[in-house]
Amino acid sequence: MSQTHLPRIGRRGFLLGLTALAAAGPARLAVANVAAPGAQIMDRRLVVILLRGAMDGLHAVVPYADPDYAALRGALALGEPGAEGGVLDLGGTFGLHPKLTALHGMYARGELLPVHAVAGPYRTRSHFDGQDLMEGGGPQRLESGWLNRALTHIPESAGQPARTGLALGLDLPLLMRGDAPVGMWAPPRATRPEPDLYARMAELLHGDPVLGPSVMEGMRGRGYATGALAAGAPIPTNQGGFTRLANAAGRMLARADGPRVAALELGGWDTHAGQAQRIDPVLLQLDRGIAALRTQLGEAWSRTAVLAITEFGRTARANGNLGTDHGTGGAAFLAGGAVQGGRVLANWPGLKRDALFENRDLQPTRDLRALAKALLRDHLRLPASAVAAAFPGSEAVAAEIGLLRA
Amino acid sequence: MDTRSQIAAVRFGTGPRAPHSLPDDPVAWLDQQTRAAPAPLPPPDGRDAPASLEEGYSAWIAHDATPPPAGQASVPTQLFRAEQQAWVRHLLTSDVPFHDRLTNFWLNHFTVAERGGFGMTTGFPHFLRQAIRPHVTGRFVDMLLAASKAPAMLYYLDQVASVGPNSNFGKRSGRGLNENLAREILELHSVSPAAGYTQADVTEFARIMTGWGVERLRPPFDLVFRPGNHEPGPKTLLGKSYAEGPEAYEAALRDLAAHPATHRFLADRLVRHFVADAPPPAAVARIEGVLRDTQGDLGAASRALVRLPQAWGPPLTKLRAPLDYVVAMHRAAGATDPGPVLGALSALGQPLWNAPQPNGWPDTAAGWAAPEPMMQRLDIAYETAGRHARLDPRQVLETALGPLAREETRSALSRAGSARDAITLVFASPEMQRR
Repeated sequence: MSQTHLPRIGRRGFLLGLTALAAAGPARLAVANVAAPGAQIMDRRLVVILLRGAMDGLHAVVPYADPDYAALRGALALGEPGAEGGVLDLGGTFGLHPKLTALHGMYARGELLPVHAVAGPYRTRSHFDGQDLMEGGGPQRLESGWLNRALTHIPESAGQPARTGLALGLDLPLLMRGDAPVGMWAPPRATRPEPDLYARMAELLHGDPVLGPSVMEGMRGRGYATGALAAGAPIPTNQGGFTRLANAAGRMLARADGPRVAALELGGWDTHAGQAQRIDPVLLQLDRGIAALRTQLGEAWSRTAVLAITEFGRTARANGNLGTDHGTGGAAFLAGGAVQGGRVLANWPGLKRDALFENRDLQPTRDLRALAKALLRDHLRLPASAVAAAFPGSEAVAAEIGLLRA
Repeated sequence: MDTRSQIAAVRFGTGPRAPHSLPDDPVAWLDQQTRAAPAPLPPPDGRDAPASLEEGYSAWIAHDATPPPAGQASVPTQLFRAEQQAWVRHLLTSDVPFHDRLTNFWLNHFTVAERGGFGMTTGFPHFLRQAIRPHVTGRFVDMLLAASKAPAMLYYLDQVASVGPNSNFGKRSGRGLNENLAREILELHSVSPAAGYTQADVTEFARIMTGWGVERLRPPFDLVFRPGNHEPGPKTLLGKSYAEGPEAYEAALRDLAAHPATHRFLADRLVRHFVADAPPPAAVARIEGVLRDTQGDLGAASRALVRLPQAWGPPLTKLRAPLDYVVAMHRAAGATDPGPVLGALSALGQPLWNAPQPNGWPDTAAGWAAPEPMMQRLDIAYETAGRHARLDPRQVLETALGPLAREETRSALSRAGSARDAITLVFASPEMQRR
């Protein structure tokens, strides 16, 4: 550990080293932007964004050319490309919501792959069941998440300063819970204790079987993040919480010695009423967040895949409150330089009455797990056994082919 | 200092409050809180009475007609904030902390959340003061009936949008069932999935409750039954037939409350909350037996919890959730201002009455002890200590921990360089984070 000017406090030396990093000003203890000698850190990056609350896929990725779209959606229908407030064209059949301008730019560069009529295996339309199953990855509720189980198959080297996995925000989502330790980052509060006080607190806590390991892991995560985020231009703090988290994630993921797999969450999609107004700022956050990842990742964007998923779609028709209720099939996004984008991936079931699931929802024709399994297999290049352990009971769901550039 | 008195205040209460006084007979002190009806909860500051449903709904109507300027909280939200402050102020100063813990426990069992919108926030004073708190030491069936008919719950779980598809209104409008409330009453509030109900039971229960809704635009500004929305015909729930009509909902709730699976489920949750993340089977069986033998007397179950031998032995094994932790720190400091408590709860990921999902907040350490949240606790401990740095740290330690304080913590306190640092260390200590 680095030498510091802090007073010696005996056996707290190790803790102090970590806590100094956790609280240090940018100049005091910079983290070298190189991997430790001998460390073989995977070079590909994966970001998973959980869109909590059930994003309306028909509002985000609009099937404007479907002959039944306008009548079915009524007042929620968006205009064709070129019309005022119209969608951003995705090749003649679908269009992106007009707030998704950065994603549209990625589409034009072949870095965005919208996926439509997609859902997990879950059909009963309860948010927390749906989210637990989406994150757990199994046919019933599990105590760990599929991304954490995948991380257990990516070896960490002793000299690696950051954990391979990184969760952004105050909550560790089920997706990232499990046996693999993961780093976390949340925006710091205005004031923090001095390093010495952190060390004294850590000394009181380190023997506790629950609190001790968490605090040590937390110190480690903060120590890394403080150094990593201090390098480069200040991260803007005025574009909303999600964008700030995405900036921080991108900054850390970009580093040679940084994390490789990150998870973020964005809520606000449960638009039962007044959807047209309520969904706009949330779509804007998503658009800015993925744009921030791209900017911060820089050269590493070419080896990055971003997967944005939601627990289920919403009703195909508007309800009586100009909103939509819990549904089934919806949309997902894949973005990144590693993604074979510039097209829409969909076996489009259509919006005719008989084509709807239970005469109310977009019929799912593709399984979310097929996307995630493909990313684990083809992007993180995990063995088949690891992919199977991430998604138990999914033998019948083949990993999607061709999501990634060769 | 009697260790059992300290444990009673920590494990079953909200933490000792300064100035310090603990009961001589902890079991009698806890019992007493389950036998006498508590004093009514004071209204929010500056009000003569809590906001009624009618006042909340009127504010909602006015809001829809004239939304406030950007950046200004709406009146319904202001009323809700005032209620939050009233409850936290009560928690900080209360002398019935076991009753308060039970109230918090049952509020979490019957979760309604601010993210549910004005339907929840305008109905919440009624929900807290009339549906939940009067029943926490009464009979479970009465709480289940009150919560399942509370307007806040009917909004939060979308019962207000459910229509019998073959009712007069359903046939005319094409509207149909919303199964949300039916599913959550079965899964989260009563029998739990252990009862083995099916999707058909959920749908039938949703049909049973059609017609029950809320009239918020005109009198009675309350729960109503609309015959024109009620699904005709008999329905079958868990093998029992219920006749068409408004009485079926209450009859079904009474049967659910009396179901053996409900007693088992409630016993498991109570023991998990008050004793251990992995509830000892003997302790669960004991509470389950009390609930069965008393027809769901929650006061009797609470008194039985207090008599579980597993509840009294240090070390204290339960991790305090942020609500318990933040309130305990502020009580130990003698604080009365609810503002910092509410802010700290949001910072620690447990904003008051705004759980992300209907299954409420986690009740095990695994749900709270992730690395960065633990670091945030240390930061909040430091901020809280900073607000109370005039206090004598030794007194804070004696109040909060007394005989539960470890030698390491006393030693760290004596070596701290400032009162603020010393109080921070007391608040950050493992024994402070447990109950």
